[in-house]
Amino acid sequence: MKAIVNVFLKEGVLDPQGKAAHHALDSLGFEGVEDVRIGKQIVLQLQSNDPQEAEAEVKEMCETLLANTVIEDYTIEMQ
Amino acid sequence: MRVAVLRFPGTNCEFDTQYAFEKLGHTTELIWHQESSLPEGIDLVVVPGGFSYGDYLRSGSIARFSPIMKAVSLYANEGGKVLGICNGFQILTEAGLLPGALKRNNDLHFISKHQHLCVVNNDNAFLNKCQKGEVLNVPIAHADGNYYIDDEGLASLKENGQILLQYSDANGEPMVVNGSVESIAGVCNKEKNVFGLMPHPERALEAILGSEDGVRMLQGLEA
Repeated sequence: MKAIVNVFLKEGVLDPQGKAAHHALDSLGFEGVEDVRIGKQIVLQLQSNDPQEAEAEVKEMCETLLANTVIEDYTIEMQ
Repeated sequence: MRVAVLRFPGTNCEFDTQYAFEKLGHTTELIWHQESSLPEGIDLVVVPGGFSYGDYLRSGSIARFSPIMKAVSLYANEGGKVLGICNGFQILTEAGLLPGALKRNNDLHFISKHQHLCVVNNDNAFLNKCQKGEVLNVPIAHADGNYYIDDEGLASLKENGQILLQYSDANGEPMVVNGSVESIAGVCNKEKNVFGLMPHPERALEAILGSEDGVRMLQGLEA
């Protein structure tokens, strides 16, 4: 089974990469973009067949290593 | 003083750090990250600068799980002095030994230059040889030096005198260099035995190389 983890800077924490990309989009004439946030996606291939147990474990991975919860939020999607 | 200098894959300031402390008359030992204990009787642990684990995932995020870091946490919790410089600062925040986090510089550039710093607090075992409000000139070299802490954490840092240094102009006025909250360049823990800063005092030991302000900074740790 697969877990897709998305990690983004928290709301309220300035995202310099998102801001730079936003600025570039403006310069290229793409109007109507209100905000750009850039994060990272981590795809985990797991041995487990128990979605609940696997998700709990992925959550622990996020809290321990994959995200720095001082500045980042994460979401987990199980597939 | 006996100084343990840690070394991870990708560390590149360990020899500068050894040179600095030996120049000041101390003995140093390089400690490989796979070691699970620190030598008996050391007086200071330095986590030097570099790019441990290629800065993969986040700067310092993988190094903090090296076997030696368990020993460093134990040493710090028992009151031992720990100094993290640049990547070392990032590792110590990732390890939770220092508050806050370091993110990508606001302008996304790797900034490498001499920078003025204002001493915010000197009543600690690091900057005690510097004056409060004194302006130092020390090189910086980082891409992820943008210090972040939430409002509550910032208030706590101020209340406990944990802000060590701010980026400033030549007159000591705080200035924006990388986007750090309140222009913070270095902090310590509440107990004031763990110190972290982005600037490199070990590169500011000789006037001919631009500044010798790093001498007094590092000498403070001798007490």
